[in-house]
Amino acid sequence: MNDRLTGKQISLETRDLSISYGDKQVVHQVSLKIPSHQVTAVIGPSGCGKSTLLRTFNRMNDFIPNFSMAGEIIFQGRNIYGSYSDPGTIRQKIGMVFQRPNPFPKSIYKNIIWGPKINGYSGNLQDLAEDALKRAALWDEVKDRLNDSALRLSGGQQQRLCIARAIAMNPEVILMDEPCSALDPSATARIEDLIQELRNNYTIVIVTHNMQQAGRISDETAFLYEGHLVEYGATKKIFTQPEEKRTEDYITGRFG
Amino acid sequence: MNRPQRKRKEKLFIWTCRIATWTAVAVLFILLFHVMREGIEWLDFQFLDSFPSRKPERAGLKSALWGSVWLIGLTAMISVPLSIGSALYLEEYAPQNRWTRIVEINLANLAGMPSILYGLLGLAVFVRYFGLESSLWSGSLTLSLLVLPVVVIAAKGAIRSVPQSIREGAYALGARRWQVVFHHVLPSALPGIMTGVILALSRAMGESAPLIMVGALSYIAFLPEGPSDPFTALPVQIYNWAARPQDDFHGLAAGGIIVLLVLLLTLNAGAVFIRNKLQRYKS
Repeated sequence: MNDRLTGKQISLETRDLSISYGDKQVVHQVSLKIPSHQVTAVIGPSGCGKSTLLRTFNRMNDFIPNFSMAGEIIFQGRNIYGSYSDPGTIRQKIGMVFQRPNPFPKSIYKNIIWGPKINGYSGNLQDLAEDALKRAALWDEVKDRLNDSALRLSGGQQQRLCIARAIAMNPEVILMDEPCSALDPSATARIEDLIQELRNNYTIVIVTHNMQQAGRISDETAFLYEGHLVEYGATKKIFTQPEEKRTEDYITGRFG
Repeated sequence: MNRPQRKRKEKLFIWTCRIATWTAVAVLFILLFHVMREGIEWLDFQFLDSFPSRKPERAGLKSALWGSVWLIGLTAMISVPLSIGSALYLEEYAPQNRWTRIVEINLANLAGMPSILYGLLGLAVFVRYFGLESSLWSGSLTLSLLVLPVVVIAAKGAIRSVPQSIREGAYALGARRWQVVFHHVLPSALPGIMTGVILALSRAMGESAPLIMVGALSYIAFLPEGPSDPFTALPVQIYNWAARPQDDFHGLAAGGIIVLLVLLLTLNAGAVFIRNKLQRYKS
Protein backbone atom coordinates (compact mmCIF):
# COMPACT_ATOMS: atom_id res chain seq x y z
CA MET A 1 0.00 0.00 0.00
CA ASN A 2 3.03 2.25 0.07
CA ASP A 3 3.30 2.19 -3.72
CA ARG A 4 1.22 5.28 -4.04
CA LEU A 5 3.89 7.24 -2.19
CA THR A 6 6.77 6.31 -4.49
CA GLY A 7 8.15 9.34 -6.21
CA LYS A 8 6.76 11.61 -3.52
CA GLN A 9 9.06 13.34 -1.14
CA ILE A 10 8.76 11.91 2.35
CA SER A 11 8.98 14.30 5.27
CA LEU A 12 8.65 12.03 8.25
CA GLU A 13 8.87 8.29 8.46
CA THR A 14 8.30 5.97 11.37
CA ARG A 15 9.82 2.50 11.32
CA ASP A 16 8.39 -0.12 13.65
CA LEU A 17 7.59 2.55 16.19
CA SER A 18 6.36 1.24 19.53
CA ILE A 19 5.60 3.45 22.49
CA SER A 20 4.96 2.53 26.11
CA TYR A 21 4.08 4.39 29.27
CA GLY A 22 5.55 2.23 31.99
CA ASP A 23 4.28 -1.29 31.38
CA LYS A 24 1.44 -0.16 29.17
CA GLN A 25 2.19 -0.27 25.47
CA VAL A 26 0.09 2.34 23.67
CA VAL A 27 1.52 2.24 20.14
CA HIS A 28 2.43 -1.03 18.41
CA GLN A 29 5.01 -1.17 15.64
CA VAL A 30 3.68 1.61 13.51
CA SER A 31 5.43 2.13 10.16
CA LEU A 32 4.21 5.17 8.31
CA LYS A 33 5.53 7.54 5.66
CA ILE A 34 4.28 11.10 5.74
CA PRO A 35 4.61 12.89 2.40
CA SER A 36 5.86 16.47 2.20
CA HIS A 37 3.53 19.38 1.60
CA GLN A 38 0.41 17.39 2.19
CA VAL A 39 -2.07 17.12 4.99
CA THR A 40 -1.97 13.79 6.73
CA ALA A 41 -4.74 13.05 9.18
CA VAL A 42 -4.47 10.55 11.99
CA ILE A 43 -7.89 9.34 13.08
CA GLY A 44 -9.16 6.81 15.56
CA PRO A 45 -11.28 6.47 18.68
CA SER A 46 -10.13 8.19 21.89
CA GLY A 47 -7.28 6.41 23.60
CA CYS A 48 -6.03 4.78 20.40
CA GLY A 49 -2.61 6.42 20.75
CA LYS A 50 -2.96 9.04 18.03
CA SER A 51 -1.91 11.98 20.21
CA THR A 52 0.94 9.94 21.66
CA LEU A 53 2.11 9.13 18.15
CA LEU A 54 1.94 12.77 17.12
CA ARG A 55 3.86 13.96 20.15
CA THR A 56 6.76 11.63 19.45
CA PHE A 57 7.34 13.47 16.17
CA ASN A 58 8.76 16.48 17.98
CA ARG A 59 9.77 14.65 21.15
CA MET A 60 7.12 16.26 23.32
CA ASN A 61 6.74 12.97 25.14
CA ASP A 62 10.24 13.34 26.57
CA PHE A 63 8.71 15.11 29.56
CA ILE A 64 6.61 12.13 30.58
CA PRO A 65 8.66 10.29 33.19
CA ASN A 66 7.90 6.66 32.28
CA PHE A 67 7.78 7.13 28.52
CA SER A 68 9.77 4.66 26.47
CA MET A 69 9.92 3.78 22.81
CA ALA A 70 11.41 1.43 20.27
CA GLY A 71 11.87 1.85 16.55
CA GLU A 72 12.89 4.91 14.61
CA ILE A 73 11.46 8.17 13.37
CA ILE A 74 13.36 9.47 10.37
CA PHE A 75 13.33 13.18 9.69
CA GLN A 76 15.68 14.72 7.13
CA GLY A 77 17.56 11.47 6.89
CA ARG A 78 18.22 11.10 10.59
CA ASN A 79 16.56 9.35 13.49
CA ILE A 80 15.12 12.07 15.70
CA TYR A 81 15.59 9.80 18.71
CA GLY A 82 19.18 9.06 17.71
CA SER A 83 21.89 9.71 20.23
CA TYR A 84 23.13 12.85 18.48
CA SER A 85 19.79 14.48 17.92
CA ASP A 86 18.72 17.39 20.05
CA PRO A 87 15.05 17.91 20.99
CA GLY A 88 15.34 21.71 20.87
CA THR A 89 16.65 21.68 17.31
CA ILE A 90 14.02 19.19 16.21
CA ARG A 91 11.24 21.31 17.66
CA GLN A 92 12.49 24.31 15.73
CA LYS A 93 11.84 22.40 12.52
CA ILE A 94 8.75 20.49 13.63
CA GLY A 95 6.29 22.90 15.17
CA MET A 96 3.17 22.04 17.11
CA VAL A 97 -0.32 23.40 17.65
CA PHE A 98 -2.14 22.07 20.67
CA GLN A 99 -5.65 20.94 21.50
CA ARG A 100 -6.44 24.06 23.48
CA PRO A 101 -5.10 27.39 22.30
CA ASN A 102 -2.16 28.19 24.56
CA PRO A 103 -0.89 31.67 23.74
CA PHE A 104 1.64 33.09 26.18
CA PRO A 105 0.22 35.71 28.58
CA LYS A 106 2.08 38.40 26.65
CA SER A 107 1.29 40.72 23.79
CA ILE A 108 0.27 39.36 20.38
CA TYR A 109 3.54 40.61 18.93
CA LYS A 110 5.68 39.01 21.62
CA ASN A 111 3.86 35.72 21.17
CA ILE A 112 5.02 35.58 17.56
CA ILE A 113 8.59 36.75 17.94
CA TRP A 114 9.55 34.90 21.10
CA GLY A 115 10.42 31.64 19.36
CA PRO A 116 12.55 33.16 16.59
CA LYS A 117 14.19 35.49 19.10
CA ILE A 118 15.40 32.82 21.51
CA ASN A 119 16.65 30.77 18.59
CA GLY A 120 18.81 33.59 17.33
CA TYR A 121 16.77 34.93 14.40
CA SER A 122 18.74 37.80 12.90
CA GLY A 123 16.25 39.30 10.45
CA ASN A 124 13.67 42.00 11.03
CA LEU A 125 11.31 40.78 13.73
CA GLN A 126 8.51 43.16 12.79
CA ASP A 127 8.42 41.90 9.21
CA LEU A 128 8.57 38.36 10.48
CA ALA A 129 5.59 38.92 12.77
CA GLU A 130 3.58 40.54 9.99
CA ASP A 131 4.38 37.72 7.59
CA ALA A 132 3.49 35.00 10.10
CA LEU A 133 0.22 36.70 11.03
CA LYS A 134 -0.69 37.10 7.37
CA ARG A 135 0.00 33.47 6.66
CA ALA A 136 -2.16 32.53 9.62
CA ALA A 137 -4.97 34.74 8.29
CA LEU A 138 -4.97 36.82 11.45
CA TRP A 139 -3.19 39.99 10.34
CA ASP A 140 -6.27 42.00 9.39
CA GLU A 141 -7.91 41.33 12.72
CA VAL A 142 -4.95 42.25 14.92
CA LYS A 143 -2.74 44.64 12.95
CA ASP A 144 -3.92 47.63 14.98
CA ARG A 145 -3.43 46.03 18.37
CA LEU A 146 -0.23 44.02 18.22
CA ASN A 147 0.65 45.15 21.73
CA ASP A 148 -2.60 43.96 23.28
CA SER A 149 -2.61 40.86 25.43
CA ALA A 150 -3.02 37.70 23.37
CA LEU A 151 -5.45 36.47 26.01
CA ARG A 152 -7.99 39.09 24.92
CA LEU A 153 -8.42 37.38 21.56
CA SER A 154 -11.28 34.96 20.97
CA GLY A 155 -10.59 31.21 21.13
CA GLY A 156 -10.42 30.88 17.36
CA GLN A 157 -8.13 33.89 17.06
CA GLN A 158 -5.93 32.50 19.81
CA GLN A 159 -5.58 29.23 17.94
CA ARG A 160 -4.66 31.07 14.73
CA LEU A 161 -2.14 33.03 16.78
CA CYS A 162 -0.65 29.74 17.94
CA ILE A 163 -0.44 28.65 14.31
CA ALA A 164 1.24 31.96 13.44
CA ARG A 165 3.63 31.40 16.32
CA ALA A 166 4.56 28.02 14.86
CA ILE A 167 4.87 29.47 11.33
CA ALA A 168 7.21 32.22 12.53
CA MET A 169 9.80 29.54 13.25
CA ASN A 170 9.70 28.64 9.56
CA PRO A 171 9.28 24.96 10.34
CA GLU A 172 9.18 22.16 7.84
CA VAL A 173 6.41 20.26 9.57
CA ILE A 174 3.49 21.50 11.67
CA LEU A 175 1.87 18.99 13.99
CA MET A 176 -1.69 19.70 15.04
CA ASP A 177 -3.22 17.88 17.98
CA GLU A 178 -7.00 18.20 17.57
CA PRO A 179 -6.62 21.93 16.94
CA CYS A 180 -10.35 22.59 16.61
CA SER A 181 -11.72 20.56 19.48
CA ALA A 182 -12.10 23.62 21.73
CA LEU A 183 -13.54 25.86 19.01
CA ASP A 184 -17.02 26.64 17.70
CA PRO A 185 -18.04 25.64 14.13
CA SER A 186 -17.25 28.97 12.47
CA ALA A 187 -13.82 29.22 14.11
CA THR A 188 -13.26 25.59 13.09
CA ALA A 189 -14.12 26.40 9.48
CA ARG A 190 -11.58 29.22 9.42
CA ILE A 191 -8.84 26.96 10.78
CA GLU A 192 -9.72 24.32 8.20
CA ASP A 193 -9.45 26.87 5.41
CA LEU A 194 -6.15 27.95 6.83
CA ILE A 195 -4.82 24.40 6.85
CA GLN A 196 -5.64 24.16 3.16
CA GLU A 197 -3.51 27.25 2.57
CA LEU A 198 -0.64 26.07 4.72
CA ARG A 199 -0.30 22.83 2.79
CA ASN A 200 1.54 24.74 0.06
CA ASN A 201 4.44 25.56 2.34
CA TYR A 202 4.41 23.05 5.14
CA THR A 203 3.88 19.40 5.81
CA ILE A 204 0.92 19.05 8.12
CA VAL A 205 0.07 16.16 10.38
CA ILE A 206 -3.25 16.57 12.12
CA VAL A 207 -4.78 14.38 14.77
CA THR A 208 -8.53 14.60 14.86
CA HIS A 209 -11.41 12.72 16.38
CA ASN A 210 -13.66 14.34 13.82
CA MET A 211 -13.89 12.09 10.76
CA GLN A 212 -15.72 14.64 8.65
CA GLN A 213 -12.88 17.03 9.31
CA ALA A 214 -10.30 14.47 8.25
CA GLY A 215 -12.35 13.82 5.10
CA ARG A 216 -12.60 17.52 4.30
CA ILE A 217 -9.04 18.65 4.77
CA SER A 218 -6.59 15.77 4.45
CA ASP A 219 -4.83 14.12 1.54
CA GLU A 220 -3.75 11.04 3.44
CA THR A 221 -5.47 9.36 6.33
CA ALA A 222 -4.08 6.92 8.86
CA PHE A 223 -6.54 4.98 10.96
CA LEU A 224 -5.20 3.95 14.32
CA TYR A 225 -7.00 1.50 16.54
CA GLU A 226 -5.76 0.38 19.96
CA GLY A 227 -2.27 1.45 19.07
CA HIS A 228 -2.14 -0.44 15.77
CA LEU A 229 -2.02 1.20 12.40
CA VAL A 230 -5.02 -0.49 10.81
CA GLU A 231 -5.04 1.29 7.51
CA TYR A 232 -3.18 4.09 5.82
CA GLY A 233 -3.94 5.50 2.42
CA ALA A 234 -5.30 8.32 0.33
CA THR A 235 -8.14 9.98 2.20
CA LYS A 236 -10.57 9.50 -0.67
CA LYS A 237 -9.91 5.82 -0.76
CA ILE A 238 -10.09 5.35 3.01
CA PHE A 239 -13.44 7.06 3.12
CA THR A 240 -14.98 5.38 0.07
CA GLN A 241 -13.39 1.96 -0.28
CA PRO A 242 -11.57 1.03 2.92
CA GLU A 243 -9.73 -2.26 2.75
CA GLU A 244 -10.18 -3.20 6.36
CA LYS A 245 -13.46 -4.06 8.02
CA ARG A 246 -12.56 -2.09 11.16
CA THR A 247 -11.81 1.04 9.17
CA GLU A 248 -15.17 0.78 7.47
CA ASP A 249 -16.94 0.25 10.79
CA TYR A 250 -15.26 3.29 12.29
CA ILE A 251 -15.81 5.51 9.26
CA THR A 252 -19.46 4.61 9.08
CA GLY A 253 -19.85 5.32 12.76
CA ARG A 254 -20.50 1.80 13.95
CA PHE A 255 -18.14 2.47 16.83
CA GLY A 256 -16.01 5.37 17.97
CA MET B 1 -38.60 20.71 53.45
CA ASN B 2 -41.06 23.29 52.26
CA ARG B 3 -40.20 26.56 50.64
CA PRO B 4 -40.51 29.08 53.50
CA GLN B 5 -38.47 26.79 55.73
CA ARG B 6 -35.71 26.61 53.18
CA LYS B 7 -35.73 30.35 52.83
CA ARG B 8 -35.43 30.76 56.59
CA LYS B 9 -32.44 28.45 56.66
CA GLU B 10 -30.85 30.36 53.84
CA LYS B 11 -31.31 33.60 55.76
CA LEU B 12 -29.93 32.07 58.93
CA PHE B 13 -26.85 30.90 57.08
CA ILE B 14 -26.22 34.28 55.48
CA TRP B 15 -26.53 36.01 58.83
CA THR B 16 -24.15 33.56 60.51
CA CYS B 17 -21.56 34.34 57.84
CA ARG B 18 -22.15 38.07 58.20
CA ILE B 19 -21.76 38.00 61.96
CA ALA B 20 -18.58 35.96 61.70
CA THR B 21 -17.08 38.50 59.31
CA TRP B 22 -18.20 41.49 61.32
CA THR B 23 -16.83 40.04 64.55
CA ALA B 24 -13.37 39.82 63.07
CA VAL B 25 -13.59 43.32 61.60
CA ALA B 26 -15.02 44.72 64.84
CA VAL B 27 -12.23 43.26 66.96
CA LEU B 28 -9.68 44.76 64.59
CA PHE B 29 -11.34 48.15 64.76
CA ILE B 30 -11.63 48.15 68.55
CA LEU B 31 -7.93 47.35 68.71
CA LEU B 32 -7.07 50.07 66.23
CA PHE B 33 -9.29 52.58 68.02
CA HIS B 34 -7.66 51.76 71.34
CA VAL B 35 -4.16 52.11 69.99
CA MET B 36 -5.04 55.30 68.15
CA ARG B 37 -6.58 56.91 71.19
CA GLU B 38 -3.57 56.15 73.30
CA GLY B 39 -0.83 56.77 70.81
CA ILE B 40 -1.99 59.53 68.51
CA GLU B 41 -0.98 62.35 70.84
CA TRP B 42 2.60 61.11 70.86
CA LEU B 43 2.84 61.00 67.12
CA ASP B 44 4.79 63.92 65.78
CA PHE B 45 7.96 64.54 63.87
CA GLN B 46 9.94 64.70 67.06
CA PHE B 47 8.76 61.15 67.90
CA LEU B 48 10.01 59.85 64.57
CA ASP B 49 13.25 61.77 64.73
CA SER B 50 14.44 61.20 68.29
CA PHE B 51 16.39 58.44 69.90
CA PRO B 52 14.97 56.61 72.91
CA SER B 53 15.20 58.50 76.18
CA ARG B 54 14.37 58.11 79.85
CA LYS B 55 12.14 61.12 79.53
CA PRO B 56 8.97 60.15 77.64
CA GLU B 57 8.46 63.61 76.14
CA ARG B 58 11.89 63.47 74.52
CA ALA B 59 11.82 59.80 73.53
CA GLY B 60 11.41 58.65 69.96
CA LEU B 61 11.92 55.65 67.74
CA LYS B 62 14.38 56.93 65.20
CA SER B 63 16.83 54.11 65.81
CA ALA B 64 14.09 51.46 65.92
CA LEU B 65 12.45 52.70 62.73
CA TRP B 66 15.71 52.74 60.79
CA GLY B 67 16.73 49.45 62.40
CA SER B 68 13.53 47.86 61.08
CA VAL B 69 14.06 49.31 57.62
CA TRP B 70 17.63 47.97 57.51
CA LEU B 71 16.50 44.63 58.86
CA ILE B 72 13.69 44.13 56.36
CA GLY B 73 15.83 45.33 53.48
CA LEU B 74 18.62 42.90 54.32
CA THR B 75 16.17 40.09 55.02
CA ALA B 76 14.52 40.61 51.65
CA MET B 77 17.88 40.70 49.89
CA ILE B 78 18.96 37.44 51.49
CA SER B 79 15.73 35.48 51.50
CA VAL B 80 14.04 36.40 48.19
CA PRO B 81 16.70 35.07 45.79
CA LEU B 82 17.30 32.03 47.98
CA SER B 83 13.65 31.10 48.23
CA ILE B 84 12.77 31.73 44.58
CA GLY B 85 15.79 29.67 43.61
CA SER B 86 14.76 26.82 45.91
CA ALA B 87 11.18 26.92 44.70
CA LEU B 88 12.24 26.88 41.04
CA TYR B 89 14.57 23.99 41.68
CA LEU B 90 11.98 21.98 43.59
CA GLU B 91 9.21 22.58 41.04
CA GLU B 92 11.05 22.61 37.73
CA TYR B 93 14.22 20.61 38.12
CA ALA B 94 14.25 18.27 41.11
CA PRO B 95 13.49 14.62 40.36
CA GLN B 96 10.37 13.39 42.09
CA ASN B 97 12.02 11.02 44.51
CA ARG B 98 12.02 10.35 48.21
CA TRP B 99 14.70 12.95 48.92
CA THR B 100 12.63 15.71 47.30
CA ARG B 101 9.56 14.64 49.25
CA ILE B 102 11.50 14.77 52.52
CA VAL B 103 12.63 18.31 51.71
CA GLU B 104 9.07 19.36 50.89
CA ILE B 105 7.56 17.86 54.03
CA ASN B 106 10.18 19.53 56.17
CA LEU B 107 9.59 22.87 54.52
CA ALA B 108 6.00 22.68 55.72
CA ASN B 109 7.22 21.77 59.20
CA LEU B 110 9.70 24.64 59.27
CA ALA B 111 7.00 27.11 58.26
CA GLY B 112 5.10 26.15 61.39
CA MET B 113 8.01 26.45 63.82
CA PRO B 114 7.73 28.97 66.66
CA SER B 115 9.85 32.00 65.89
CA ILE B 116 11.74 31.88 69.19
CA LEU B 117 13.40 28.66 68.01
CA TYR B 118 14.78 30.56 65.04
CA GLY B 119 16.08 33.07 67.55
CA LEU B 120 17.91 30.32 69.43
CA LEU B 121 19.32 28.98 66.18
CA GLY B 122 20.42 32.47 65.16
CA LEU B 123 22.07 32.97 68.53
CA ALA B 124 24.00 29.70 68.29
CA VAL B 125 24.93 29.88 64.62
CA PHE B 126 25.22 33.51 63.55
CA VAL B 127 25.99 35.33 66.80
CA ARG B 128 28.29 32.75 68.36
CA TYR B 129 29.59 30.33 65.71
CA PHE B 130 30.08 32.83 62.89
CA GLY B 131 30.99 35.53 65.40
CA LEU B 132 28.65 38.10 63.87
CA GLU B 133 27.68 39.31 67.35
CA SER B 134 24.41 41.16 67.84
CA SER B 135 24.60 42.86 64.49
CA LEU B 136 22.11 43.57 61.73
CA TRP B 137 23.67 40.60 59.94
CA SER B 138 22.66 38.24 62.75
CA GLY B 139 19.19 39.73 62.93
CA SER B 140 18.49 39.65 59.22
CA LEU B 141 20.01 36.21 58.69
CA THR B 142 17.81 34.88 61.49
CA LEU B 143 14.73 36.55 60.02
CA SER B 144 15.69 35.19 56.62
CA LEU B 145 15.65 31.66 58.01
CA LEU B 146 12.26 32.43 59.51
CA VAL B 147 10.66 33.61 56.27
CA LEU B 148 12.45 31.21 53.94
CA PRO B 149 10.08 28.23 54.26
CA VAL B 150 7.02 30.47 54.04
CA VAL B 151 8.24 32.14 50.87
CA VAL B 152 9.42 28.87 49.32
CA ILE B 153 6.00 27.30 49.87
CA ALA B 154 4.19 30.34 48.45
CA ALA B 155 6.55 30.49 45.48
CA LYS B 156 6.18 26.76 44.84
CA GLY B 157 2.41 27.19 44.76
CA ALA B 158 2.67 30.11 42.36
CA ILE B 159 5.05 28.23 40.08
CA ARG B 160 2.88 25.14 40.12
CA SER B 161 -0.17 27.15 39.11
CA VAL B 162 1.49 28.24 35.87
CA PRO B 163 -0.43 26.17 33.31
CA GLN B 164 1.48 23.25 31.83
CA SER B 165 0.19 24.31 28.41
CA ILE B 166 2.37 27.43 28.53
CA ARG B 167 5.46 25.34 29.20
CA GLU B 168 4.51 23.01 26.36
CA GLY B 169 3.93 25.91 23.99
CA ALA B 170 7.38 27.26 24.77
CA TYR B 171 9.12 23.89 24.46
CA ALA B 172 7.37 23.32 21.13
CA LEU B 173 9.19 26.40 19.80
CA GLY B 174 12.52 24.81 20.51
CA ALA B 175 13.12 26.56 23.84
CA ARG B 176 15.63 25.26 26.37
CA ARG B 177 14.50 24.65 29.88
CA TRP B 178 16.10 27.76 31.35
CA GLN B 179 14.42 29.85 28.65
CA VAL B 180 11.05 28.35 29.51
CA VAL B 181 11.68 28.98 33.20
CA PHE B 182 12.99 32.54 32.92
CA HIS B 183 10.79 33.81 30.11
CA HIS B 184 7.48 32.18 30.97
CA VAL B 185 7.27 30.33 34.26
CA LEU B 186 8.88 32.98 36.43
CA PRO B 187 7.03 36.00 34.96
CA SER B 188 3.71 34.19 35.21
CA ALA B 189 4.40 33.12 38.77
CA LEU B 190 5.85 36.46 39.89
CA PRO B 191 2.63 38.07 41.16
CA GLY B 192 1.97 35.03 43.35
CA ILE B 193 5.56 34.94 44.53
CA MET B 194 5.42 38.66 45.37
CA THR B 195 2.34 38.12 47.49
CA GLY B 196 4.12 35.41 49.44
CA VAL B 197 7.23 37.54 49.86
CA ILE B 198 5.30 40.53 51.17
CA LEU B 199 3.21 38.48 53.58
CA ALA B 200 6.34 36.80 54.92
CA LEU B 201 8.26 40.07 55.22
CA SER B 202 5.33 41.66 57.03
CA ARG B 203 5.45 38.81 59.46
CA ALA B 204 9.20 39.26 59.88
CA MET B 205 8.70 42.96 60.48
CA GLY B 206 6.43 42.28 63.43
CA GLU B 207 8.71 39.68 65.02
CA SER B 208 10.37 40.55 68.29
CA ALA B 209 11.20 37.23 69.94
CA PRO B 210 13.97 36.06 67.58
CA LEU B 211 15.51 39.53 67.56
CA ILE B 212 15.63 39.65 71.32
CA MET B 213 17.28 36.22 71.26
CA VAL B 214 20.05 37.37 68.93
CA GLY B 215 20.53 40.41 71.11
CA ALA B 216 18.76 43.37 69.56
CA LEU B 217 19.30 46.19 72.03
CA SER B 218 16.49 48.25 73.42
CA TYR B 219 18.49 51.40 73.99
CA ILE B 220 20.34 52.59 70.92
CA ALA B 221 21.11 56.25 70.53
CA PHE B 222 22.66 56.11 67.08
CA LEU B 223 21.75 54.90 63.60
CA PRO B 224 23.32 51.76 62.16
CA GLU B 225 25.78 52.69 59.45
CA GLY B 226 26.24 49.21 58.05
CA PRO B 227 25.07 45.64 58.45
CA SER B 228 27.73 44.95 61.07
CA ASP B 229 26.34 47.50 63.54
CA PRO B 230 24.19 46.66 66.53
CA PHE B 231 20.55 47.53 66.09
CA THR B 232 17.09 47.66 67.52
CA ALA B 233 13.78 47.23 65.77
CA LEU B 234 10.25 48.58 66.13
CA PRO B 235 8.69 45.56 67.84
CA VAL B 236 11.60 45.36 70.28
CA GLN B 237 11.28 49.04 71.11
CA ILE B 238 7.50 48.74 71.47
CA TYR B 239 7.91 45.75 73.73
CA ASN B 240 10.33 47.69 75.86
CA TRP B 241 8.14 50.71 76.26
CA ALA B 242 5.09 48.57 76.99
CA ALA B 243 6.99 46.77 79.74
CA ARG B 244 7.65 49.98 81.69
CA PRO B 245 5.35 50.94 84.53
CA GLN B 246 4.82 54.64 83.60
CA ASP B 247 1.68 55.47 81.61
CA ASP B 248 3.53 57.83 79.29
CA PHE B 249 5.65 54.99 78.00
CA HIS B 250 2.51 53.00 77.22
CA GLY B 251 1.47 55.95 75.08
CA LEU B 252 4.83 55.78 73.34
CA ALA B 253 4.32 52.05 72.77
CA ALA B 254 0.93 52.76 71.17
CA GLY B 255 2.56 55.41 68.99
CA GLY B 256 5.18 52.87 67.95
CA ILE B 257 2.44 50.40 67.03
CA ILE B 258 0.83 53.00 64.77
CA VAL B 259 4.14 53.61 63.02
CA LEU B 260 4.65 49.87 62.58
CA LEU B 261 1.13 49.48 61.17
CA VAL B 262 1.63 52.33 58.73
CA LEU B 263 4.89 50.77 57.60
CA LEU B 264 3.21 47.38 57.09
CA LEU B 265 0.31 48.91 55.19
CA THR B 266 2.73 50.79 52.95
CA LEU B 267 4.57 47.57 52.26
CA ASN B 268 1.34 45.76 51.39
CA ALA B 269 0.08 48.60 49.23
CA GLY B 270 3.36 48.56 47.36
CA ALA B 271 2.96 44.84 46.81
CA VAL B 272 -0.55 45.21 45.44
CA PHE B 273 0.66 47.96 43.13
CA ILE B 274 3.54 45.89 41.80
CA ARG B 275 1.29 42.87 41.38
CA ASN B 276 -1.24 44.82 39.34
CA LYS B 277 1.53 46.16 37.14
CA LEU B 278 2.85 42.67 36.55
CA GLN B 279 -0.58 41.32 35.77
CA ARG B 280 -1.11 43.67 32.86
CA TYR B 281 -1.26 40.89 30.31
CA LYS B 282 -3.55 38.55 32.18
CA SER B 283 -6.83 39.42 30.56
